[in-house]
Amino acid sequence: MPQYNKRIVITGVGVISPIGNDIHSFWEALKAGRSGVDYITRFDATNFPCKIAAEVKNFAPENYIEDAKRIRRMDLFTQYALAAAKMAIDDAGVNFEEEDRSKIGVILGIGIGGLPTLEHEHTVLLQKGPSRVSPFMIPKFIPNIACGEIAMTYKLRGPNYCVVSACASSTHAIGNALQWMRCSDIDMMITGGSEAAVTPLSVAGFSNMGALSLRNDEPKKASRPFDKERDGFVIGEGAGILILEELERAKRRNAKIYAEIVGFSATDDAYHITAPEPEATSVVSAIKDALKDAGILPEQVDYINAHGTSTPLNDKIETLAIKKAFGEHAYKLHISSTKSMIGHLLGAAGAVELIATVLCVKNNIVHPTINYTTPDPDCDLNYTPNECKEKIINYAMSFSLGFGGHNAVIVVKKYE
Amino acid sequence: MMSDIDIENKVKEIIVEQLSVPAEKVKKESHYVNDLGADSLDTVELVMAFEEAFDIEIPDDDVTKITTVGETIEYIKKKVAEKAS
Repeated sequence: MPQYNKRIVITGVGVISPIGNDIHSFWEALKAGRSGVDYITRFDATNFPCKIAAEVKNFAPENYIEDAKRIRRMDLFTQYALAAAKMAIDDAGVNFEEEDRSKIGVILGIGIGGLPTLEHEHTVLLQKGPSRVSPFMIPKFIPNIACGEIAMTYKLRGPNYCVVSACASSTHAIGNALQWMRCSDIDMMITGGSEAAVTPLSVAGFSNMGALSLRNDEPKKASRPFDKERDGFVIGEGAGILILEELERAKRRNAKIYAEIVGFSATDDAYHITAPEPEATSVVSAIKDALKDAGILPEQVDYINAHGTSTPLNDKIETLAIKKAFGEHAYKLHISSTKSMIGHLLGAAGAVELIATVLCVKNNIVHPTINYTTPDPDCDLNYTPNECKEKIINYAMSFSLGFGGHNAVIVVKKYE
Repeated sequence: MMSDIDIENKVKEIIVEQLSVPAEKVKKESHYVNDLGADSLDTVELVMAFEEAFDIEIPDDDVTKITTVGETIEYIKKKVAEKAS
């Protein structure tokens, strides 16, 4: 079992999500089981097989970013990242004037990046020719620019890069940030993820591979992880940012402490570009590796925030993985899927779901998996259906499984 | 055919939008880089916006000569007149 000299805690969180653009609203919506899914407004989806998405509502970038010119130069995912970062930094009560900014880094997970910019500029290229393509196109669409913009805003000169692993991106990013905190003399990491890729290409691409729910007549019921009638995920957008610090340092500055991050693992299925490996071998090993990293036994886990996409295959294989890794304890722990309410935030999913997990741990409440009406014999665990449950949560895990077989698991522990 | 005043107003309108500066700050003597906070990417996009709005071409050599609002207005007036004739 690895020994780490430092204990790493979460001292601030910020979120932009389909169910709320601040932590309080987000948490209240999660407890209430509110769905953020509705008809797509980002473009005219009339001729698209899938017409629904979990979009962020009422987002005003000027509330978070002072310079109007900077906003113009940012794709939406970067604006979300900056907004969530501002809220997390304010939440953590950090004063960068008192910090060594060369020891503060930013690592985010972003799966796709500036697809809206790419699609717009491609249309300009085809309609008006190469000389009209914006000089800002490249810096707007590359995913890492969100990390760069956060550094520029707060003059942070520590480690800074973007992690990409599809739907596991931000879980891997947070794990990476954890490793920097544990194994170097970096003082603070700003980590998490962002995504805003509800675009014609994206919706068309995901629908044509059969990944999206086509429940267009009942948008709020479309995301139904583990339910027998599930037919695919609902694409979502948003950002989640967490501030990581070493425990003693956090205590010295009287920081609020949400939870401790105690474990991280990463494996790959080595199987198929999109389908999960049927025996869940690498998901099981990711779970076991994460438990070992955390130094705990399977029976100590109280709650799992599942990847739970609401696709026929993921939910079945993920259930199998949980049973194989936990044995009988699989039937005792609580599971829920944040995606039932916020949809699939792609690269940002891991971060926003970890924030949901941490809020559950802090408040001793498991948020529900909504739209659970018909049990599936292949998915027979306790998914906390429809209503939240009060439960003392000491240890919780968050799973993210990305296209390409990328598996990432984080373990968090209650801080008291 | 655009009048001189139309051209002047359109140029200022484009600058206000592209550089996100208040209209009062945009004077004939205003220098894009020194006064209006434009960087190299801004100036490229500004030139594109002028080309698009007035349906003219501004070759790279000429771009270096138009560094203020006033120089731009005079240049565009000339280009628009050339096109008309």
